[in-house]
Amino acid sequence: MKYTEEHEWLEMGDDGIVTVGISAHAAEQLGDVVFVELPEVGTEVTKDDEVVVIESVKAASDILAPLDGEIVEVNEAIVDEPSKVNDDPEGEAWFFRMQIEDAAALEEYMDEAAYKTFIGS
Amino acid sequence: MADDLKTTVLNDLHLSLGARMVPFAGYEMPVQYPMGVLKEHLHTRAAAGLFDVSHMGQVILRGPDVAKALESLVPVDVAGLAEGRQRYALFTNEAGGIEDDLMIANRGDHLFVVVNAACKDADVARLRAALEPRGITVKLLENRALLALQGPAAEDVLAEHHPDVRDMRFMDVATVPLAGAECWVSRSGYTGEDGFEISVPNAAAVDLAKALLADDAVAPIGLGARDSLRLEAGLCLYGHDIDTDTTPVSAGLGWAIQKVRRLDGAREGGFPGAAQVLREFADPPAMRRVGLRPEGRAPMREGVALFETEDAAGAIGHVTSGGFGANVNGPVAMGYVPTPMAETGRTLWGEVRGKRLAVTVTDLPFVPAGFKR
Repeated sequence: MKYTEEHEWLEMGDDGIVTVGISAHAAEQLGDVVFVELPEVGTEVTKDDEVVVIESVKAASDILAPLDGEIVEVNEAIVDEPSKVNDDPEGEAWFFRMQIEDAAALEEYMDEAAYKTFIGS
Repeated sequence: MADDLKTTVLNDLHLSLGARMVPFAGYEMPVQYPMGVLKEHLHTRAAAGLFDVSHMGQVILRGPDVAKALESLVPVDVAGLAEGRQRYALFTNEAGGIEDDLMIANRGDHLFVVVNAACKDADVARLRAALEPRGITVKLLENRALLALQGPAAEDVLAEHHPDVRDMRFMDVATVPLAGAECWVSRSGYTGEDGFEISVPNAAAVDLAKALLADDAVAPIGLGARDSLRLEAGLCLYGHDIDTDTTPVSAGLGWAIQKVRRLDGAREGGFPGAAQVLREFADPPAMRRVGLRPEGRAPMREGVALFETEDAAGAIGHVTSGGFGANVNGPVAMGYVPTPMAETGRTLWGEVRGKRLAVTVTDLPFVPAGFKR
């Protein structure tokens, strides 16, 4: 698992597809999530594009595309039941899967130990 | 947390309960506890929630003809308020705008007034300027905390501590011994639920809060859920849904002005901005506060511009409070729209992230009130 400074997690599967979600720390900071808007499957994204909107009881925030690539699957379950993002942010409540162009780009992100240092826990 | 923030006497208790603290109106206050805003909201409507509202201003007014004197500042019937009763009121300004909203209780030989935290210095100054020349003393209490116990279980919980509270009706006030101290209890609150607000001496406040929290039905509730509960109940938050630019009738608060203070009433007018405020009963103001129910699940928050149609150019109004209604299980909002567009059922459009989303003008409250009248 890799983490971004924007508190996303990324996991490369055996099929070369990267799954993206938000960290448990981010979910806790956001508070109860009440709305999620996901991109359409097939969308070509460039790193730092705003691809997801999350609204918690407190505020709206964006999730940025962590890498260049194409959205190949989205998790409709969290649209129907946004509270899953608080219940299991680093598991069942993933946001989208993307086919990336450059697998090496994943390496620039933090591993779990570095992320824990980053968030100061 | 900034050093210049004040704290309430319950601060250590909040921290021990795991509260996340935020600055609010000059105080460090709990915004949520580990339960989280949504569950706190639902718990309050299902059982009971305990709120620390000690940041609010508690003021005693005492002196000759105090009720009539206070009527020089508020458009409500204070002189006709019976002993042991409380009433919602507004401070108005010369333009008819709203300076604050408040509660006034007739406690026999004095009036007990509760004002918003953010306005309390200005309110006390306003009260002193108007009332002291008439020989009335204005005392801002620093030695009492204020708790709100809200929800359908509130009566059973509080009656464990003193049975007399069962006999109180909505907006009754009484002196009741709780936690060994003289408490001033009103059957009121700001969640739309039945419940009580309890003014308690600082020295007994932590004991009382702990005793109430010891009941399984009671959970501590932060400002986050306090805001979503009052929004779902259709209640105004000062500085958001009402302010110096809104008038009582435009805010849908005309009901707070009793007939005796209106045109041709026995004590017509006599408060700041009376001409403007009273004219609006016959000659409706341009804008009107309404409930708004956005379609879909996206919250429509304060500041969102409202449009008459999906592609109209100019905004016709804006959202003043908006968020997620946990019991409605969807987004809810309030805002101001032109009076001709304020009819229930009308579709308007709010712009969120560049997209126009449909909203329906809706009767308030969004959830039925649970008051024991």
